[in-house]
Amino acid sequence: MTSSSTTTRPQVTIDGNEAAAYVAHQTNEVIAIYPITPSSNMGEWADQWSAEQKTNIWGTVPTVVEMQSEGGAAGALHGALQAGALATTFTASQGLLLMIPNMFKIAGELTPTVFHIAARAVATHALSIFGDHSDVMAARSTGFGMLSSNSVQEVMDMALIAQAASLESRIPFLHFFDGFRTSHEVAKVEQLTPDDLRAMIDEQLVSAHRNRSLNPDRPVLRGTAQNPDVFFQAREACNPYYLAAPTIVQDAMDKFAKIVGRQYHLFDYAGAPDAERIVIMMGSGADVAHETVDALVAAGEKVGLLKVRLYRPFAVEDFVEALPASVKSIAVLDRSKEPGATGEPLYCDVITALAEMGVAKKVIGGRYGLASKEFTPAMVKGVFDELAKKSPKNHFTVGIHDDVTHTSLDYDPQFSTEVEGTVRAMFFGLGADGTVGANKNSIKIIGEETDNFAQGYFVYDSKKSGAITTSHLRFGPRPLRSSYLISKASFVACHQFSFLERLDVLKAAETGATFLLNSTFGPDEVWDHLPRTVQRQIIEKKLKFYMIDGYEVARQTGMGERVNTIMQTCFFAISGVLPREEAIAAIKHSIEKTYGKRGESVVKKNFAAVDAALDHLHEVKVPEKVTSLFDIRRPVPVEAPGFVQRFTAKIIAGEGDDLPVSAMPIDGTFPVSTAQWEKRNIALEIPAWDEELCIQCGKCVLVCPHSVIRAKVYDEKQLAGAPATFKAVAARWKDMKERKYTLQVAPEDCTGCTLCVEICPAKSKSEVKHKAINMVAQPPLRETEAANWEFFLKIPETDRTALSMSQVKDVQLLRPLFEFSGACSGCGETPYVKLMTQLFGDRMLIANATGCSSIYGGNLPTTPYCQNESGQGPAWSNSLFEDNAEFGMGMRLALDKQQEYAHELVWRLGFAIGENLAQAILNADQKTEQGIFEQRERVKQLKEKLAEIHTSDARDLSTLADVLVKKSVWIVGGDGWAYDIGYGGLDHVLASGRNVNVLVLDTEVYSNTGGQASKATPRGAVAKFAASGKQTGKKDLAMMAVNYGSVYVARVAMGASDMHTVKSFLEAEAYHGPSLIVAYSHCIAHGYDMADGMEQQKAAVNSGYWPLFRFNPDLIAQNKNPFQLDSRAPSITLKEYIYNETRYTMLVKSNPEEAKKLLDLAQQDVAERWKLYDYMAHEPFNGAEVKK
Amino acid sequence: MIDLSKTIDLSTTYLGLKLKNPLVASSSPVCEDLGNVRRLEDAGASAVVLQSLFEEQIEHESDELDRYLDASSEIGAESETQLPELTRRVTGPEGYLTHIAKCKQAVKIPIVASLNGTSPGGWMSYAKQMEQAGADALELNIYYIPASPDITGEQVEQKYVDLVMAVKREVKIPVAVKLGPYFSSMANMARKLDATGVNGLVLFNRFYQPDFDLEALEVVPNLILSNSHELLLRLHWIAVLYGNIKADMALTGGVHSHTDVIKAMMAGARVAMMTSALLKRGISYLDTLSTELLIWMGEHEYDSIKQMQGSMSRNSAPQTGAFERVNYMKVLSSYAMR
Repeated sequence: MTSSSTTTRPQVTIDGNEAAAYVAHQTNEVIAIYPITPSSNMGEWADQWSAEQKTNIWGTVPTVVEMQSEGGAAGALHGALQAGALATTFTASQGLLLMIPNMFKIAGELTPTVFHIAARAVATHALSIFGDHSDVMAARSTGFGMLSSNSVQEVMDMALIAQAASLESRIPFLHFFDGFRTSHEVAKVEQLTPDDLRAMIDEQLVSAHRNRSLNPDRPVLRGTAQNPDVFFQAREACNPYYLAAPTIVQDAMDKFAKIVGRQYHLFDYAGAPDAERIVIMMGSGADVAHETVDALVAAGEKVGLLKVRLYRPFAVEDFVEALPASVKSIAVLDRSKEPGATGEPLYCDVITALAEMGVAKKVIGGRYGLASKEFTPAMVKGVFDELAKKSPKNHFTVGIHDDVTHTSLDYDPQFSTEVEGTVRAMFFGLGADGTVGANKNSIKIIGEETDNFAQGYFVYDSKKSGAITTSHLRFGPRPLRSSYLISKASFVACHQFSFLERLDVLKAAETGATFLLNSTFGPDEVWDHLPRTVQRQIIEKKLKFYMIDGYEVARQTGMGERVNTIMQTCFFAISGVLPREEAIAAIKHSIEKTYGKRGESVVKKNFAAVDAALDHLHEVKVPEKVTSLFDIRRPVPVEAPGFVQRFTAKIIAGEGDDLPVSAMPIDGTFPVSTAQWEKRNIALEIPAWDEELCIQCGKCVLVCPHSVIRAKVYDEKQLAGAPATFKAVAARWKDMKERKYTLQVAPEDCTGCTLCVEICPAKSKSEVKHKAINMVAQPPLRETEAANWEFFLKIPETDRTALSMSQVKDVQLLRPLFEFSGACSGCGETPYVKLMTQLFGDRMLIANATGCSSIYGGNLPTTPYCQNESGQGPAWSNSLFEDNAEFGMGMRLALDKQQEYAHELVWRLGFAIGENLAQAILNADQKTEQGIFEQRERVKQLKEKLAEIHTSDARDLSTLADVLVKKSVWIVGGDGWAYDIGYGGLDHVLASGRNVNVLVLDTEVYSNTGGQASKATPRGAVAKFAASGKQTGKKDLAMMAVNYGSVYVARVAMGASDMHTVKSFLEAEAYHGPSLIVAYSHCIAHGYDMADGMEQQKAAVNSGYWPLFRFNPDLIAQNKNPFQLDSRAPSITLKEYIYNETRYTMLVKSNPEEAKKLLDLAQQDVAERWKLYDYMAHEPFNGAEVKK
Repeated sequence: MIDLSKTIDLSTTYLGLKLKNPLVASSSPVCEDLGNVRRLEDAGASAVVLQSLFEEQIEHESDELDRYLDASSEIGAESETQLPELTRRVTGPEGYLTHIAKCKQAVKIPIVASLNGTSPGGWMSYAKQMEQAGADALELNIYYIPASPDITGEQVEQKYVDLVMAVKREVKIPVAVKLGPYFSSMANMARKLDATGVNGLVLFNRFYQPDFDLEALEVVPNLILSNSHELLLRLHWIAVLYGNIKADMALTGGVHSHTDVIKAMMAGARVAMMTSALLKRGISYLDTLSTELLIWMGEHEYDSIKQMQGSMSRNSAPQTGAFERVNYMKVLSSYAMR
């Protein structure tokens, strides 16, 4: 096969992940994967292509296998390589760290492979999903070669160059590019052809790799253990390969240039040939620097940029040769931080290289862009300006304001190098409204239908409900290296009217820009509904203002509330990037491509929406004066505490970048209870209480995922000063009849999920659809209900000690210590989390595995975990994904040790603190709320006494005294953690006998990373990495734990039995040993209306798919069967349960025969499992027949 | 022993199709399974009407799929989507069409495809595709419930007529239309449809009224299998229409015994269709039914089915008034006398 630079290659508009996966899938045979942001999409592409039977360049479909962790993926990969396969993987961040042990092995055995890395920050003081080089830098001692790509095109090119060079050099490679900025940037690139790939991959080298494999026909042994006599020498034996590698890489680059036409070098220089000041860097930031250097050189400055492509092995001579002789000063920019080092890695390498080559230059090093912090031409110019100084700052930072150690460089943020003639468009959309998808299609259309260069980048906020998405689209006749967000937009579209009062959408609009607004107000009335800031900018910036009632068009054309293709059509019409007819034809073509597989009717209604859109597009006549009487809302209310005002509010307002270093907690510690100040007002409708109809059962309070429905029972006198619309009725409790009951909704925190209405059992006798709680429009109620909520919060909490914890009716009165999280509307996990905090929140520690629960639980800006009126509340921490059980056990070990020591001290100090108090503390019964309350009182007394005792024992005890009140350790995480990556640890912790409580929020997929299959995914369900339906049954985690006999285990589903759930939580906590609760959690990844979540839970139980049970080892001592089956024999078929969910029906629709086969098997699974459970529940125990 | 099947002719014609007997499996989920279709033939069914292809369901399912795939997309930077791309295009009518072809290969008896549509475009295109897939005839199931008080009876009738005419234009195979009884003038409606050139009327659709769950205070779907009492409404209208329209008539609803079949024939039906009887008693009941039919005919000295078809129709019955208001008054007074 031949290929040449004159070959016409397709121009495609794709993102970096797809570009890497494209080459990897075609040049490998085995692909071992595990999802981790932002690299997951590479694995998803590979899996999808294999599912679609796409072949590699040898004509066979690569095997793609999902492992239980990145460690597992690396192990499988190592094995596949040893057995002679061409194998690859994709990962990032912690995933790469988990691969490191195998990477040392793979490199030590000189095994060719390429790992493609969407480089991402490693979690330190906080987790971040965003891009920097701290992960790849942590792997730089493994012996892997490291090749960097700076743009989407380079990702595709370097992926191939790395593959070719690895095969020839026998050195494995990390091919890395910036997470999100490159992995998720959509750009127009030239796609390599299979012939290009074949031309680059030497068949003989492939054969050589296979010939080195383990083969019993010519056996060898690899992986010996070596002693001090030879290990060292053997370690040095690989040196020639590392010495040869740079030349091999350059040869591959040269060969690539001959075939494709793009020439790369180990180090590529750009800028003035006589440059005096240069920057050296890798990654997408290098493209920003390139654009800046071009602009500065054009302005006559002697500046330049050296892009490091091959970072390992670091080719010292090539590096020095690539530097213009004229260079006087150098700034090395690292996108990582190595605290305590003499400098960041690239800086140190540059210093060493120059020193070794005897080249004397002034070199400074600095950090930029950690965790996708914006890196702009203004910052690059700031670095060049610094280099021009007599004594430039070394070990600087750029892009932040460091007012603590003063590392940061000053720069002029107004400096811009935006390429002239480029259209820069910004679109504000709501998560799940399709804006991002439509914009991806738009940029593909522009990229593929016009000669323009095109780039799209998409930013999400961190909420899972009501998230704001911002799409940044650039296109124009000149190449784009602008790997930074748009700050000067020529087009701004706002797809959600309500955003106007939440954020300054026109901030980036430049003078004369176009503004397109989706508004239910017509062209003549829309002006009066705009906040002052919006009006002012429209006038001052002389914006052309268009509006469309996208919702009306959507309604008319059967699109529901989906306005994405409608707004997209308007964008094309207004921007004029294509002639109107051509644009519409292209949009329709992309609709066909995007939605075609979903069915003809879906395509048709989208077509109808496109056709109807332009008739509803209006240009708005802009008045000359600002007339509005209102403005953008404050990010937080004035009464919010200082930290929230200073810190949180800035992030909420989108100004987090402006916060200086001094504003930051130094160790990642944050105050709790801050979510209450972020009034998001995202619900169009909220529940309203009909107090006459209400039976005060508390079910609505229990199921509310965001803790926005609360109930209190209180004395009538508390009603003094109540707002006129505040509702209260007589409490329906036998022993609290004289008191009042109020059910109150937090109108500004509700997400409008309607779970509460669906669960409400009280229906009107005269109009059945009217319940004790009903959805009503939010805006008219916002003010009054907000006042009612304020008043409600001031009413004292109902006394816990007077309540029965096992009654749902009573549990509703317990204050939730988890509220207003950013979880999805209708989330199936959070009701359990909330319940846990209601029952034990005032004395609990939470170890939270990474995943949805750590994101809605701990992602800035605000924290949903909160404190009660005494200041107590859950103490929460997230360590990692894989270690959560161990992390929680560590907490228990600390508490147990401290408690033991505290007891010793109480005993020792008995005389000083009083024997009675000491005995009471030591012998306290803390099984009940009353007992705990009394112990708290004793500890209070103890502390008072200790303050007067001046011995080291007393001082010790006062720091430990809190531990004398019973503490509850909860280990919380999803199924990805518990079933897969963390299972080994979980198993060990369950076997340890330690008193920890494990709550598994089982959504049956990796929800947080986008719905990849886990071992909890049921047979027949479709998930990523199981696109053709999962072939194997769900692992029975609960039953595996039962096998120990010493673990309390419960399987619960709140929607099926709330009482059972509450009981299980109480028993688990009371059990003095490890407890495991596996909780059915409905999830958007299941594909149905979350309002029906609790009904579906019921169906899951009724079908026998999710039998409820409790296994309580404490019963053994009472001669009772510890296994209690708490749900009845299946009363509906599995089909009646699962076919309500898209994850199953999409297989029915796309491959009915396979669906039928898997349904039959799954139904069989249910029958067999039920038989086993039923037997266990009724088996003779201790010789006695258990009563049926 | 005399083999009655050799001396008595059970054959009939329906929609121009020659059938060995008047026992036809009506449209139901029983016919979704190819094995069942084979068993129906083996048990003696002379034709099978396949389960309905619901245009509405195809569109609804696509729309739901679209809705939920979208609703779980673009939730956050980490999860741009929650469900994978479909690996194949969703099946619209393809599964149904393949089923027609498979049935045609598997059995010799005629296969009638059944279409339940909602849009003019849907009716046309699916009808054509069913013909192309090899269906011997087409049954249009017009299950239309005009719940809006703005829709007049005339409009409803016109809708039926327009629809049937359009489908007739589109396909060459015979077309039958399955109706409900709720027209102000059933006879006139039948004649209007007859005028379109439709080949058959299938009388009547069963109207599945939802029930109330008094404990949960919910409206719940309700499916009760038919019984012989339901036969009477059908007998009445077939008897009335017999001789007044050109189209063949099929009786469906309430056929549970050989006497029910005989009554259907005597009223003027060309075939008697059944599902409930087969669900209750199994597919092999068809065999019993045809034997009983032969015995009855032998005992009553009938030579053929054709001989009895229409013999008790309004025009042929001894008491013409029985089908009119006179009968109504009689029945009421007889009840009062008890």
